[in-house]
Amino acid sequence: MLGCSWGGTRALGTILDDLPDEPSAALAVVQHRGFGPADKALPLLLRRRCPIPVEEAEDKMPVEPGRVVLAPPDYHLLVDGPCFALSTEEPVHHSRPSVDVLFESAADSYGPRLVAILLTGANEDGAAGLRRVKESGGMTIVQDPDEAERRAMPDAALRTGAVDEVLPLAAIAQLLGSLVGRQDDGR
Amino acid sequence: MEGVQTISGLQERILHEPNCLDRLIVDLAVNVTAMFRDPAFFVALRDKVIPMLRTYPFLRIWNAGCSSGEETYSLAILLEECGMDERSRIYATDINDAVLRRAREGVFPLEKMREYTANYHRAGGTREFSSYYDADSKVARFRPSLVRNVVFAQHNLASDGSFNEFNAIVCRNVLIYFDRNLQDRVHDLFFDSLATFGVLGVGEKESIRFTRHAAAYEEIDPDQRIYRKVV
Repeated sequence: MLGCSWGGTRALGTILDDLPDEPSAALAVVQHRGFGPADKALPLLLRRRCPIPVEEAEDKMPVEPGRVVLAPPDYHLLVDGPCFALSTEEPVHHSRPSVDVLFESAADSYGPRLVAILLTGANEDGAAGLRRVKESGGMTIVQDPDEAERRAMPDAALRTGAVDEVLPLAAIAQLLGSLVGRQDDGR
Repeated sequence: MEGVQTISGLQERILHEPNCLDRLIVDLAVNVTAMFRDPAFFVALRDKVIPMLRTYPFLRIWNAGCSSGEETYSLAILLEECGMDERSRIYATDINDAVLRRAREGVFPLEKMREYTANYHRAGGTREFSSYYDADSKVARFRPSLVRNVVFAQHNLASDGSFNEFNAIVCRNVLIYFDRNLQDRVHDLFFDSLATFGVLGVGEKESIRFTRHAAAYEEIDPDQRIYRKVV
């Protein structure tokens, strides 16, 4: 599960670029977005970089390998056991979709089988979610704030003390590629 | 909630105290909504659905899960602008009596009006949005005449049955909070409640594709998830 905000489109491109053709885990992304033309074009931009399909989430879409599921604008994206779910609850950290909402719900459903990655961003969304992932036994990875286009988001995550790895993008891409490239590995 | 420590304590109060269940539902249910949320949906209603429904002498529309009424008032405004308000009735239902009371009042925070006005114009609104309400320093009071043909009533999608035959059902971003079994139940209910050629509008990220009635509907606007029952 990946979360990011300001600068996220470019960072996501770098990471999705390195995915194997048949990843063994389900992948989901929350990128903060609104209603501008760039927001609308996000799936298109990511599809260009990603070897597997990138689809905006629909209600009750199964959590399964083979595609990257993207949170749609103006909905929270949640994991509810075997399915993704959507919600129009209040924005969290002024954001709908919110990274915290995805991470926390995914941690509750998948616990130690979850890998959560937080990238560049200009607010503190995602930090509480990462902590929940860690508490549930999952793996937490944060982009090196010195390298991030905006460092507020990774900095906030580091302050929780719940981060397993702090890495530059290229290394995150490589790590994710190897995590989802092997069969019988977690998410 | 209210100092209850355990689930069994909560159960006891729900069973023995009137109104306790209602208050619990207020706490648990998601009641976040906006007027003309997803303006493109209302454009599609105006351009594609209203012309079809115009042929009927009288329309019954069910706004299921209407919450505090923002969507209902949006539909009422659309019907008025299309000259259909006098020959249509909207049945606006929700599980929760407290939000229905708010819906009947039609009083919404003034600070929301900027967002709603922008939505209204993107939704193809043809008038000044402020002509629909009176503003004071904090709230916007919508004209009661807008909802003179609206029946607000309590209805539980999870347990209640069909109560009429409708020419259109609008139920947006309600079923996303239901699991697949409950969604199936509600889609049975909608199917049973729609007249032939009745229109079903669901949320932009919802679909009838996975339901057993998928084959009974044709798409009117696939992007806006508007369908028509063809059996």
